[in-house]
Amino acid sequence: MSMPTATSSGNPAITDREDAPNFLRQMMLIREFEERALKLFTDGELVGMCHVSVGQEAVAVGVCSELRADDYVASTHRGHGHCIAKGADVGRMFAELLCREEGYCKGRGGSMHMADVSLGFIGCNGIVGAGIPIAVGAGLSVQYRGTDQIAVAFFGDGATNIGAFHEAMNMAAAFCLPVLFVCENNMYALSTMTCNVSGAKCVSDKGAAYCMESMIVDGMDVYAVRQAASELIGKIRNGGGPRLLECNTYRYYGHSKSDTRPYRTREEEAEWRSRDCIDTLAKKLIDAGAITQEKFEAMHANVLKQIEDSLNWARACERTNPDEVGKYVFAE
Amino acid sequence: MREVMYWQAINEAMCEEMERDPNVMLMGEDVGFFGGAMRVSRDMYQKFGAKRVMDTPLAETAIIGAALGAALTGLRPIAEIMFVDFTTVCFDQIVNQAAKVRYMLGGQVDVPLVIRTQGSAGKSYAAQHSQSFEMLFAHFPGLKVVMPATPYDAKGLLKSAIRENNPIVFIEHGALYNTKGLIPEDEYTIPIGKADIKREGRDVTIVAHARCALQALEAAERLKAESGIEAEVVDLRTIAPLDEETVFESVCRTGRLVCYEEGHKNIGVGAEVSARVVENCFDYLDAPIVRVAAMDIPIPCAKELEREMLPNVDKLMSAVRGLFGDVQMPGNAVNVVTAR
Repeated sequence: MSMPTATSSGNPAITDREDAPNFLRQMMLIREFEERALKLFTDGELVGMCHVSVGQEAVAVGVCSELRADDYVASTHRGHGHCIAKGADVGRMFAELLCREEGYCKGRGGSMHMADVSLGFIGCNGIVGAGIPIAVGAGLSVQYRGTDQIAVAFFGDGATNIGAFHEAMNMAAAFCLPVLFVCENNMYALSTMTCNVSGAKCVSDKGAAYCMESMIVDGMDVYAVRQAASELIGKIRNGGGPRLLECNTYRYYGHSKSDTRPYRTREEEAEWRSRDCIDTLAKKLIDAGAITQEKFEAMHANVLKQIEDSLNWARACERTNPDEVGKYVFAE
Repeated sequence: MREVMYWQAINEAMCEEMERDPNVMLMGEDVGFFGGAMRVSRDMYQKFGAKRVMDTPLAETAIIGAALGAALTGLRPIAEIMFVDFTTVCFDQIVNQAAKVRYMLGGQVDVPLVIRTQGSAGKSYAAQHSQSFEMLFAHFPGLKVVMPATPYDAKGLLKSAIRENNPIVFIEHGALYNTKGLIPEDEYTIPIGKADIKREGRDVTIVAHARCALQALEAAERLKAESGIEAEVVDLRTIAPLDEETVFESVCRTGRLVCYEEGHKNIGVGAEVSARVVENCFDYLDAPIVRVAAMDIPIPCAKELEREMLPNVDKLMSAVRGLFGDVQMPGNAVNVVTAR
């Protein structure tokens, strides 16, 4: 096993890369989708649960940009970003949040069970850690069928203290399964600082128990994430077995709508916001002349328009039909 | 027809389905070279190899989680959990994940997953290796729960379970593995969700499942010989979905119902069957419904204690005779459900 390595600044040539504006746009799309979803809750248009990943977008985009369409992703209760980064349609996602028949899960799942299985995105999950062994099962299926797909398990730092994480890591390592474990370490499991309740100094240390190559990256830097993901996925796809990627990141909002964040300081939040994944990349691109300020603003306006158009499309969709409440329990 | 043992019937069902469909595979603790803790998968590893008969870590959450992930992505896994008691360790994966994923995702996925497990009371295995959990799993929409009593039922139902696109909890009875029975030479399946009237009778309906169905048959023969009472024995075979139709039809004919099970009485299968019968067949009942089940205490190790708390043929017979007014009601294991 190799020791965790720290990388932060990413690839110095990123400003020349053609895909940079696209990454910027994808992160903005996730950001604005979730900001808009929060507003819908505030306005009383949405009901139920909504855990947003605002601040963590670079992890979703960085990892998913290295995935193929036929690779699998299992996600968490905070999974809107992963879903969008894997290619999901934000209109159908809004429709799901608004409990419309055209929603991805026909109003049965809502925010916590968003999924587009046709994209290999096999589901967000309401139970912390539960998606991790399911992703390992997708990896098992890949190995069984002899294809070169991979499976990705996204999870938070809190999940790394639960048994399902360790059972899944162990099984993947024992059978050399094609699984990338991606920890979004935002430091807090709701209010509890993970470092105060874990015997390991960092999440990536937990990979050592399973002789699993593990890396730590700056999860606020989309290119750092992408570079690490690229390296690890390359090895996984070539039959090298599972890898663990720990991305240090931050959720700007609370765990959920009701969390007013008394357990952390506004200064700490400001410090993380000063390293915002979107602002940082935009500034780099503008400073390097890769895009202009006007282009950036136009891109942002375009994202906002896509969000509003998608939302309005979703609003116009039909609500679910109570007569069909029992549909989809069992396959025929 | 030919005679096989219960374990062989299960083994044959798995082998035939694995030959029929290359995506069917078996995974679990010790199922490979060792042939399973109960030796049900013996020789399958040699026949199909380690990939299709896969020894897993001792990690129930990983076993069911991985089997579910595989089921969502193209395989049809059979995941073995050594004792039904151990399903508590992976309850989340069964109840929150496998049972609900199709519904939560609005029908985007099928879940062709069979969870094979086993249990039996009466072996002095004590409180954590003797339990009945069928009522737990039956409670959750999205799961089907199958419990065969004979080699014939075991093979036919397991083959159907493996071909289903829904998650099935298939609970074998650990005390029946070496019992014998006849099965057809040719291939056959048995539909899930259909009870079987294992003995016809005009006087009283005994609803039971797994080993209790066989014990009910014994009780019925003795009742006939001793008292002339003709008991009908309905073997549920599937706990969820419950075959109400067969139960109702039988109770409406006999006018009397005794529910007999190995699990605890409190919120048991008998409680559900009783409630449904009262809701639907009230006017046909000639006597209060009686439940004969295990006492509501943990299962002890000591033989004499375990015998005291478990139901048995004698307790069942007493309960049936009680409905005909010629014996006094027996002790702890039998209570009367007030039907009015």
